[in-house]
Amino acid sequence: MLDHRKQINSIAAFAAPDEVPTLSRRGFFEMAVATTFLFGFSVPVRATGAGAEGASFAPNAFIRINRQGEVTLIMPQVEMGQGTYTSISMILAEELDADWGRVRVEHAPANEKLYANPDLSIQATGNSNSIRAFWKPLRLAGAATRACFIEAAARSWGISSVECRTDSGKVIHDRSGRTLDYGALVERAAAVTPPKEPALKDPSAFRLIGRPLKRLDTPEKVNGKATYGIDALPPGVKFATLAASPVLGGTVAHVDDRRARAVVGVRQIVVLDNLVAVVGDHMWAAKCGLEALDITWHEGSNAEVSSELIWSQLRGASVRDGAIAKDVGNVDKAFGDRGEKSNEVVSAAYEMPLLAHACMEPLNCTVHITPTSAEVWIGTQVMERVHAAVAKAAGLPESQVTVHNHLIGGGFGRKLEPDMAYSAARIAKQVDGPVKVVWTREEDIRHDIYRPVYRDLLWARLEGDRIVAWKHRISGSAVMARFLPAFFQKGVDPDGVDSAQDVPYDIPNRRVEFNREEPPGIITGFWRGVGPNNNVFAIESFIEELARKAAKDSIAFRRAHLDKTPRLQAALDLVREKSGWDTPLPARCGRGVAAQISFASFIATVVECEVDQAGEVKLRRVTSAVDTGITVNPDTVMAQLQGGLVFGLTAGLYGEITLKKGRVQQSNFHDYRMLRIDQVPRIDVHLIKSGEGPGGIGETGATASIPALRNAIYAATGVALRRMPVDRSLLAAGARR
Amino acid sequence: MINLRINGKMTPIDVPEDMPLLWVLRDVLGLTGTKFGCGIAQCGACTVHLDGEAVRSCLLPVGSIKDRSITTIEAIGDTANGAKVQRAWLDLEVVQCGYCQSGQVMSATALLNATPHPDDTDIDAAMAGNICRCGTYVRIRQAIKRAATEA
Repeated sequence: MLDHRKQINSIAAFAAPDEVPTLSRRGFFEMAVATTFLFGFSVPVRATGAGAEGASFAPNAFIRINRQGEVTLIMPQVEMGQGTYTSISMILAEELDADWGRVRVEHAPANEKLYANPDLSIQATGNSNSIRAFWKPLRLAGAATRACFIEAAARSWGISSVECRTDSGKVIHDRSGRTLDYGALVERAAAVTPPKEPALKDPSAFRLIGRPLKRLDTPEKVNGKATYGIDALPPGVKFATLAASPVLGGTVAHVDDRRARAVVGVRQIVVLDNLVAVVGDHMWAAKCGLEALDITWHEGSNAEVSSELIWSQLRGASVRDGAIAKDVGNVDKAFGDRGEKSNEVVSAAYEMPLLAHACMEPLNCTVHITPTSAEVWIGTQVMERVHAAVAKAAGLPESQVTVHNHLIGGGFGRKLEPDMAYSAARIAKQVDGPVKVVWTREEDIRHDIYRPVYRDLLWARLEGDRIVAWKHRISGSAVMARFLPAFFQKGVDPDGVDSAQDVPYDIPNRRVEFNREEPPGIITGFWRGVGPNNNVFAIESFIEELARKAAKDSIAFRRAHLDKTPRLQAALDLVREKSGWDTPLPARCGRGVAAQISFASFIATVVECEVDQAGEVKLRRVTSAVDTGITVNPDTVMAQLQGGLVFGLTAGLYGEITLKKGRVQQSNFHDYRMLRIDQVPRIDVHLIKSGEGPGGIGETGATASIPALRNAIYAATGVALRRMPVDRSLLAAGARR
Repeated sequence: MINLRINGKMTPIDVPEDMPLLWVLRDVLGLTGTKFGCGIAQCGACTVHLDGEAVRSCLLPVGSIKDRSITTIEAIGDTANGAKVQRAWLDLEVVQCGYCQSGQVMSATALLNATPHPDDTDIDAAMAGNICRCGTYVRIRQAIKRAATEA
């Protein structure tokens, strides 16, 4: 978990948790006009009665209620499958006491002042923190709005507001039996100054939060009506696809477009310094046109980059001491006279590969640029960065750029980058009218912003069955140094050491170091699970090796080091029971456990697998126990865990991007494989009821299942894999290791 | 000019014969519920029905369709099995990002058309061509079974 609230407070303007952004009437009107409405319907500002501005009550940036009592909630976080539009709406509607059946949601426009994520400082959805970051501000926004309705009703009845209560979009005065709908109170509520510190409900009074309510976004996702960025079809739109240099970072040398121009439906060839796009009447024409182009590339400085080079550089760098992220006790003394080289010291190195995101919705962005305006249709996790990128590419002030956000067909961190919008806008600048730029799957995989390679070195000393000294050195990219440079302080990337600097185990002497080493020629970025994905893998793999060294049961060994962390102990106890941990297994089958505190959630996971004679791994069962604090929507939490576990297993079993001569060697789902339904076993997720503050959940499954899989293979075969993805050749019966 | 029967309606289109149905649906006719995922029939996001059977529209030349009847996600709810599958998908809250789900619903409906009471092996065989990056497979399996038991 990023715990840099203080730093963020000082580096960027954002609404403090107790300050709900307030929208001016003018700002509200502009926003309403500029916003694309979700789900194919809109709630227009009605120009009736008191005029457009009087028709709705919009006391803050998140809530708008019209005279019909329809509640429109503006989503500061984006929906990419994690269910946030529903859970954010539940939080707002809970404190507002809205009629859930009359709630509609709307994508927020690009506006960092109103919609910045309090924990990230920018208008971004990431780090599994939507609920954590917005829990308090949204509750306050809902409660303040509700207070306005109560006050408005009380005034109109000539009574004190304390005599009134609310329920499902109504203010009720029990003594007289009178009720007023919120819709009828819109004008009067607008005259009430919202309280700065409205009373929040006691959790025991929650009537929405904690219930498995149906998602708001899913009905239109099963009938083809949902609109993703790739589905935008502004009038007159043309279709484009593009090629970037096969060697990462290369540039265009020469383009022969004679054959491409002859393709039926091709309208235009756009040649930029680093990419070539073909514009046509439809994607098929654009694709055929692109294939007919003869492009010569300047390969540039990365022509000799290979996976071997990347790994040799990282391994070389990993011997350096890193910047110290955490130093507790006296590590040097605890390791003894001969330090890490002592015979009593256990050490291991773990490695994680480059990974692509492979979102099901390939990269795309639709842009219409005129001399005085730019309009953008996209699904993005970073609205304001897209806004800025298009303004830059178009050469226009941001005030002349409008971004319409959409549902996202998989984010996983890829859509935390605005690069696709920048490229599309540069293409659109050369095109008359709107153009939809769609990456082919091959371009999407080969020009991703990849999950970094990491190498983790760990050392520990055991006294009996206790870990007394621990050292963990993480070497790899500092993604934060590029993404939010202010977070990168004194050589430590807070994401790079997340879940490692505060290892859950009670170890008296421990040091965690971060060693920044960027892979040559590669831009690295966030990938579901971010830093914890690497760290939990390394830590839980190493703990397993220590448990074996101490000749202890894997769960018991972990549990013994968690006396100060009862929430994780409870998760381990529950997963032990639910996974059948203590029941026997056939030969070459094994169970592996992983425990983690990541994104402020406490999770224990058991993977059960079988490894056949050829080294192929068959998943038998996955069980997780999770304490994520208060759950807004428990079914969404379960779904995120179930899916996240599959996401991690996919990476563990298959995920690796490799390079040769500066070129990414994978291109599509045949060589960048995904787990399919026939490979996915029974997955059980057990929620532990908790009154603690809400934790993050979207990325936790991806983080949990990789080490649990690795430890299951260890149990099944005795082979201690040290790098991912799984190398079957090491697991085959009789393999030389 | 090619005449296609799409969702029960004869639709004349003026496109090359080798153009895959996917792009005709999405870019020419504006039926964007059918999704582009890989372009090489590896992911199933583009699944539609030809006479009730699941096919990958990304590699299906429109010139080869002739008089066969095309059904897309936009109209699958008008069929008995399609409606059952959609309802089960919502009852069990299968969907996450949803991008692959048009294809999943189409494949699942075709499965029920051919095999009204599929077992796990049938489900594996029929659905293994549809990738879900969000990993909703466990619920897809449950929802198919739920749909199959509905009256």
